[in-house]
Amino acid sequence: MFKILRKTAQTGLVTIGYPAAPPVISPRYRGAPKFNFEHFNDPPAAAAACPTGAISVTSTDTSGRVVVDYGLCIFCGQCAEADPSIKITQQFDLAVRDRSALVVTADYSPDSSGSNFELKHLQYGESPSDLEETVKLRIRDVLGRSLAIRVVDAGSCNGCEIEVNSLNNPLYDIERLGIHFVASPRHADMLLATGPVTRNMELALLKTWSATPDPRVVVAVGACGISGGIFGRNYATVGGVDRVVPVDVYIPGCPPTPLALLNGILLAVGMMEEKGVPR
Amino acid sequence: MTFEQILANPGGLFHSPTLNGPDIYVELPGTDPRPLTILLTANGCRIASVFAEDRVAEENRYYVYYVFDQDSDSRYLIARATISTAEPSFVSMAAEMPALNWQEREIQDWFGIAAEGHPNPRRVALHDNWPDVHPLRKDFPVDTVLPPFEGEQHVLRPTLGEGVFQIPVGPVHAGIIEPGHFNFAVAGEPILYLQLRMFYTHKGIEKRFEQLPVRHAVFLAESISGDSAFSHGVAFCQAIERAADAQVPERARRMRTILLELERMYNHVADIGAIAMDVGFVVANAHASRLREMILALNEDLTGSRTLRGMVCPGGVRRDWTAEQVSHALGVVQVFESEFNSIVELIESSDSTRDRLARTGILRPDKARDLGIIGVGGRASGIDRDVRRDHPYAAYDTVTLDVPVYQEGDVLRRMQVRIDEIRQSIVIIRAVESQLAASPFCVPVPPLPPDRCALGAVEGWRGEILHWIRTGPNNTLSRCKIKDPSINNWPAMVEAVQGNIVPDFPVINKSFNLSYSGTDR
Repeated sequence: MFKILRKTAQTGLVTIGYPAAPPVISPRYRGAPKFNFEHFNDPPAAAAACPTGAISVTSTDTSGRVVVDYGLCIFCGQCAEADPSIKITQQFDLAVRDRSALVVTADYSPDSSGSNFELKHLQYGESPSDLEETVKLRIRDVLGRSLAIRVVDAGSCNGCEIEVNSLNNPLYDIERLGIHFVASPRHADMLLATGPVTRNMELALLKTWSATPDPRVVVAVGACGISGGIFGRNYATVGGVDRVVPVDVYIPGCPPTPLALLNGILLAVGMMEEKGVPR
Repeated sequence: MTFEQILANPGGLFHSPTLNGPDIYVELPGTDPRPLTILLTANGCRIASVFAEDRVAEENRYYVYYVFDQDSDSRYLIARATISTAEPSFVSMAAEMPALNWQEREIQDWFGIAAEGHPNPRRVALHDNWPDVHPLRKDFPVDTVLPPFEGEQHVLRPTLGEGVFQIPVGPVHAGIIEPGHFNFAVAGEPILYLQLRMFYTHKGIEKRFEQLPVRHAVFLAESISGDSAFSHGVAFCQAIERAADAQVPERARRMRTILLELERMYNHVADIGAIAMDVGFVVANAHASRLREMILALNEDLTGSRTLRGMVCPGGVRRDWTAEQVSHALGVVQVFESEFNSIVELIESSDSTRDRLARTGILRPDKARDLGIIGVGGRASGIDRDVRRDHPYAAYDTVTLDVPVYQEGDVLRRMQVRIDEIRQSIVIIRAVESQLAASPFCVPVPPLPPDRCALGAVEGWRGEILHWIRTGPNNTLSRCKIKDPSINNWPAMVEAVQGNIVPDFPVINKSFNLSYSGTDR
C-alpha cells in the first residue's frame, strides 16, 4: 500500500490541460493536409498519390475541378510528397456536424493565355472558423454536466479503439470532463461508432442504436466510420456509419488522435441541447 | 534437419521442388496433403497456414497452399495442391489439427472449395445469413452489393445437463474492444465450454488487395490490425521486396527493427496494465497506460503517427531520422526502462495480484503443441518459437535473442513473457541504434514482374504474421493472403477458460489479447 502511494506521489500530475489550455503537439505529427488552391501545382499527381481517393480531379478543355474530401483522408502525407504545394499541418480539430463540411470543391477555368488553369470558385462545406467558436463555447458548457458514451466497433481495424482507450489514461483522463464510457447502450447518451460497418455488424449496430434511449447522439469516428476509408464500400462492408444510422458528428483521422476525439465529442455535446436533452 | 534432408526420399509424396527466392515450393500429386504432412510433422515441422488461390482464368484450376516451417531451417516450405474446377474439394486435416479449423472453412466460404471430411464444415467467415456467394473467386466483383440479409440462424451447439445454462456475450462487448460472440456453457460459476463466433469484422481485405496498386496497398496492410499496423506493413513490404528482388538498405532495416520493437513495447505494457486491472489493481494500470502514452508520443515524433502508420514502404521507410530524433528516442527509452522496472516491482510486490494470476487460465504445453499455438500465448506454454530468431528479417540477424519460454501456461506466465520481452526490446533498440550507420533509408523498388510468389514473415507482438502474395500485371497483386497470429490462437482461449470461473474470463481473454480484425480481415 505504501509502495503504491509513494509511486503515485513520485509521479505527480501528468494530465494535459486541453481543452482549457492549448495542447502540446509534436511538430512531426501528420495532421490535416492544407491545400493552396490558388497555386495548386499538380492536382493529378496528388490525386494519384492518394490511397483512398480523398483527392479527385476531373477536367475538360474548358474547366477543371478538384474535390478534397477530408472524410476519406487517412493522413498518410502522400499527397504532399507528390505535390510540394500541399503542406501537412498539425491541425487535429477537424470534427464537423455535417458530412458535406468535410468536402472542399475548387473549380478552375483556363486563364487569358489559355495555357494555364486559374481558380474560379472555391467552396467549403462549412467555415472552419465558425466551427472553432462553436467548440470553444461548448467546452465551457460541458464542464458543468456529464455524458455517458457507448463505443460500438462496427468492423474497425482496432486502431480507433486504441485511441478511444487512450482517452481513459491519466494524460487525457476524459472523466475529469464528466465524460465516461459505459458498458451498455441503455446507459448511454452518445454512441461512438467506428469501422466501415461490415455486413456482419450491420444488424448489431442497428440494434445497439435502437437500444440507446432517445435523444441520442451518434458520432462516426475515423475515415472508415465516415466513408469506409481504405476499405471503401465492398461486398463485405456498407461503407460508413451514416448508411445505417443517422450521424450527428464526424471525426476524421486514421485513427483520430485522442485530442481529435476529445474535440469531436465536445462538439457533439453542444448538440445534446438541440436534441432536447434537459440541462 | 534441413528441408532437403527431410525431403531426400520423397516416395511419391510430392514432385518438382523448386526454389523461389529463399523459400521451397513443392507440388502435391493429388488433393490429399496428409502423407507429406505426416512426414514433415514427424520431423518437427508445423503448418503455419493454409490458403487457396483462384487460377481458373489462367490455368483452369484452383490451388490450395500449405505453409510449413521448422526450427532448424530459416526457410519456409510451401506445398501446393492442384484443385480441379469440377466439384472442387481438398482433403481436410482439421480433425487432427484444430489450428486449421477456421482457415479451411474460410477456403470453403470464400472460394467454394469443399474441405472434405471437415468435422464441422459450417460457414465461418461469411455468416449463415449470407447468400450463396464465394467472394474471393475472380469472377466475383469486389463491389458487389448483396441484398439485405434475412434472418439469423446460426445454431450453437447445445450444452445439456442438470443446472447447466448458457451465457451469450457479444458481438458488442461491455468494454472498448472489438466485436465477437462468446457463448459460455456454465454449471454454477465454472465454465464448462466456450463457443466462439467470429468474423463480425470481416471487411473483404484480401479481395481489396487485388484492387489496389502496390503503393496504395501498403496502407491497406497497415489497417489489417490497428495495433499491429507496423508489423503488418513490414510483412507486406518484405513480400513485395522479395518478389522484386530488392535489397533494403541497412539503415532502413535497423530503423524498421527499432519501430517493430516500439510497437511491441506499447502493446505489451498496455496488456500488463490491463491484466493487473482485470484483477482489481487499477493503479498499476494507470501507470502502465502512462508508459504506453510515452511510447505513443515517441512514435509520433519518429513517424508522424502514434500508431506508426505511413512509415514503412517497399524498399525501406518513408522518412529519415535526424541525430536529435534518435537521441531523443534513446532518452525516452531510458526513462521508460526505469519507470517500467518500478511498475513491475509494484505488481510483483502485490501478493493478491499474483494469487489471482497464477494457475488461472492454464494452457498446458501438450495442448498448446496439439493446437498449434504461437506467439506470447505459445511461449508461456512451452512453445519455443519466435520468427525474429527462426526466420530473421530486418536487422534481427545482428542481435542475439533470448526467447522467454515458460511451461506453466497460466495468465501470470503470459504476463511474464511480456515483461521479459519488453526488457529485451530495450536491449535490441539500444544495440541496433548503436549501429545506425549513415546509408540511404529507402531504395526504389523496380517494377514488379508479374506472376511472382513471395512470402513475408514478421514476429508481431502477438506472434507470427505471414503475408503471401502473387504479383499481377502493372504493379498490382493477383492474390494477397494474410495470416494474423490470432487465427492460430483462438483455440487456446477455448482450452484455457475451461474450469475457470466466469469472472476470470476477462483477465484470461486479456492475457491472450487476440486481434478480431486480424482474424476476420
